[in-house]
Amino acid sequence: MLDESLVANTLNAALTGGADFAEVFVEDKRNSSAFLDDGKIEELTSGRDRGAGIRVVAGDTTGFAHTADLSETGLRNAAEAAAAAARGGGGGVRKVSLERQEASRNIEVQTFPETVAKSTKVELLQRADEEARSIGDAISQVSARYGDSRRKILVANSDGLIAGDDQVRTFFSINCVAMGDTGMQTGRESHGRTIGFETFDDHDVTEMARIAANRAITKLSARPAPSGAQTVVVGPGGGGVLFHEACGHGLEADLVAKSASVFAGRMGEQVASPLVTLIDDGTMSAEWGNFAIDDEGRPAQRNVLIQDGILTDYMYDNIRARKEGRPSSGNGRRQSYQHLPMVRMTNTYITAGQDNPADIISSTPNGVYVAQLGGGQVNTATGDFVFGMTEAYLIEDGKITEPIREGNLIGNGPEVLTRIDALGNDFAMGHPGTCGKDGQGVPVGDGTPTLRVTSLTVGGTAA
Amino acid sequence: MAELLPIAKKVLSWANDGEAVEVVAIHERDTEIRVYQGEIEQFTASESQGVGVRVIVDNKQGFAYAGSLDEDVLAETLAEARDNATFGTPDEFLGLASPDGVPVQSLDLYDESVNTMATDAKIDMAIRLEAQTMTSDPRITGIESADYVDSISESALVSTSGVEVTSRDSGSYVTVSALAEEDGDTQIGFGFSVGRDPQTLDVDRAAADAGDRATRLLGATQPASERVTIVFDPFVTAQFLAILGGTMSGEAVMKGYSLFANRMGEEVASPLFTLVDDPTNRDAFTASETDGEGMASRRNVLIDEGRLNTFVHNAYTGRRMSTASTGSAVRSYSSVPGVGTRALFLEPGTQSQEELIRNIDNGVLIQGVAGIHSGVNPVSGDFSTGAEGLRIRDGELGEPLREITIASTLQKMLGDIQAVGNDVDWLPMSAAGVSLVIDDVTMSGS
Repeated sequence: MLDESLVANTLNAALTGGADFAEVFVEDKRNSSAFLDDGKIEELTSGRDRGAGIRVVAGDTTGFAHTADLSETGLRNAAEAAAAAARGGGGGVRKVSLERQEASRNIEVQTFPETVAKSTKVELLQRADEEARSIGDAISQVSARYGDSRRKILVANSDGLIAGDDQVRTFFSINCVAMGDTGMQTGRESHGRTIGFETFDDHDVTEMARIAANRAITKLSARPAPSGAQTVVVGPGGGGVLFHEACGHGLEADLVAKSASVFAGRMGEQVASPLVTLIDDGTMSAEWGNFAIDDEGRPAQRNVLIQDGILTDYMYDNIRARKEGRPSSGNGRRQSYQHLPMVRMTNTYITAGQDNPADIISSTPNGVYVAQLGGGQVNTATGDFVFGMTEAYLIEDGKITEPIREGNLIGNGPEVLTRIDALGNDFAMGHPGTCGKDGQGVPVGDGTPTLRVTSLTVGGTAA
Repeated sequence: MAELLPIAKKVLSWANDGEAVEVVAIHERDTEIRVYQGEIEQFTASESQGVGVRVIVDNKQGFAYAGSLDEDVLAETLAEARDNATFGTPDEFLGLASPDGVPVQSLDLYDESVNTMATDAKIDMAIRLEAQTMTSDPRITGIESADYVDSISESALVSTSGVEVTSRDSGSYVTVSALAEEDGDTQIGFGFSVGRDPQTLDVDRAAADAGDRATRLLGATQPASERVTIVFDPFVTAQFLAILGGTMSGEAVMKGYSLFANRMGEEVASPLFTLVDDPTNRDAFTASETDGEGMASRRNVLIDEGRLNTFVHNAYTGRRMSTASTGSAVRSYSSVPGVGTRALFLEPGTQSQEELIRNIDNGVLIQGVAGIHSGVNPVSGDFSTGAEGLRIRDGELGEPLREITIASTLQKMLGDIQAVGNDVDWLPMSAAGVSLVIDDVTMSGS
């Protein structure tokens, strides 16, 4: 992407003030998206973002500047701005020699999205729209989105590292509105992979359209959700966001270091039911949070955070790891070259258990079965979290019965972890997500088997 | 800074005959200072620019953007937008906005102080914010972050339909997040202050608010479920209004995504409820002279004393629904113009929050909500959100409550509004806050 000597010169300029650490992050990203709504292809958008972010660390201070100008002058100006911002003392000259590090992707892209005709992408949306509308007269509106991106990055730092990655993402989503006597309801399905257009060879958009349409239609007959403490069974793949919110964020070392996490100071302790093993894994092939190197040049890793209920590790980026004299765990990520990296999750999941999912439901006298959770949010200091149920049913006498309307679930992360009393053998990954932290969004994945929480507060309106 | 208008006009000059072209060019400069324990933790100096090009030809629309204003990139972006247009579905209502005679009001949204204030003074403000928050209450144990941020944004928008507008505005804010601890219970609270001129930022208030928010819920417990009257703090009301604003978009109405479609002119809320969208009010954080298509900003009364009065439109939805743009196109340079409310404001009542509370026998003052976006469905109107706050008993504030949800439907809540406070607070959001009393809401707890 950039000549290595230019990268080295930029690092040298960044170090001129006597800084402890300097880094150049170069990004060249192209994306395209198509949006269908109301039966029309409303827009086809192409985007291009290219630039470099330069970080300089002096003591505990980080200086950062970015530029869209990748010429020698543009880069040197940004390097000097970052160095000035870091206010490194001392002076002196350091020369950096770079050593190329290869981190290979664990999956090959077959069909790069830019080689696929725009008409083929548009046709994908039209097929899904037709299929969804054919499911029933109740379907009153359909929107669908196709998106792809190709993000080439190059990271080099004053430790001598230089590494690159070529990240491809392909995405599809469909939303259906169903209209009935009780008003309108919505249903959604989405799919995203870190591979190319070949993902649609075995993920049929018409199948996704049927799923979304049926979700909306089912909810037309939904009853108000119950209100108050309930036993909650979460379906396979549907509840990963629970663990992303309930404990994942609290295991990010930057929050732990500032004691802004309920999990600070609890290493080695039993923090969850012995059934629970929680993993964050950036190496999971083709999953939405997958990459070869993170945005600090560190190869993706599989990190066991909770093993059989015992807290075993936090997640680290380079800055936090340097302070604690340990290696980064490959969790340094950023939204774009215009952002500083920080500790972020990748693909976060609970490993499969031993129970037969059907037995988990039949042994639950009364409660709520959540097939799909929506977005959520957590207060990492208290562990209190909240997220929406987008597809849920009542469990009555050990059977899944009627659908219930949307509502929020709330709980406390550390408490919920100890209240998991059944874990299915049916692990599945959930939907592609975007995790927001400090104003930056990054793509993440999550997964769970069927599991049961003995008590969670359901925020419905029924008594 | 680069002159944006000549750049945008140059791209426009490349338009072919028969093509409608709209070009937006932006330039933004930001400074972000984060301090930790009296030292600078992060200092970010950023400068970004970009161009967005929309092409409509043969009733088909295409769009492209790039984060650069280099000449070769501009040409490539126009070519991409042109190519994308060939794949759009023909739609006779597509078209650019044309000036409609409503004059653009000068709002004076730029203050030179962002530029002239010394960097050290900005750093000192963040350091003082951190220190002051730390000492605001003995139970404050740490500061997660204390930031000073400012920005200058410029834009130019031109089109083949005769639009030519430029803008420049400044903004600055301080924000702090504090941790408090008592008897093994930890809570977190934030405070902020916002202004176009950094010299007007109120560090004292930001520090005091963060200290108050972090400590007021210490020792909070989860109550039993019941139906109660709630009072939204201004900050919560602003979030509620923003969601409500989404249902007033002409696009949502046109496509059947709004629960208010077909209810124009009807009573949809209590007569106490008058909802206005007015980006020409300079007090509003999101005030702006023109909308995302270059139309003059204007005041729109959406709900007038409970009666649904108007939806908001951009050029496309206005044309398609046989009305006109209300100056409500919203966009960034990297997206085509959508439709939305831009600076919501609820006509205030006469009573202070304290007076409102005095009239309530059994209720909850809701001081914070979580998951409002995941728990509210603006299509069905189902409303359910995590919440925290203080018990109200016999007109007095009581013990703190946490781990509760409040649930109803948007339709029912609007009808159940009992009072609007007089405590309008201009927040750094697209809606202003004010205390709001709503009856008969389900509170879920243990």
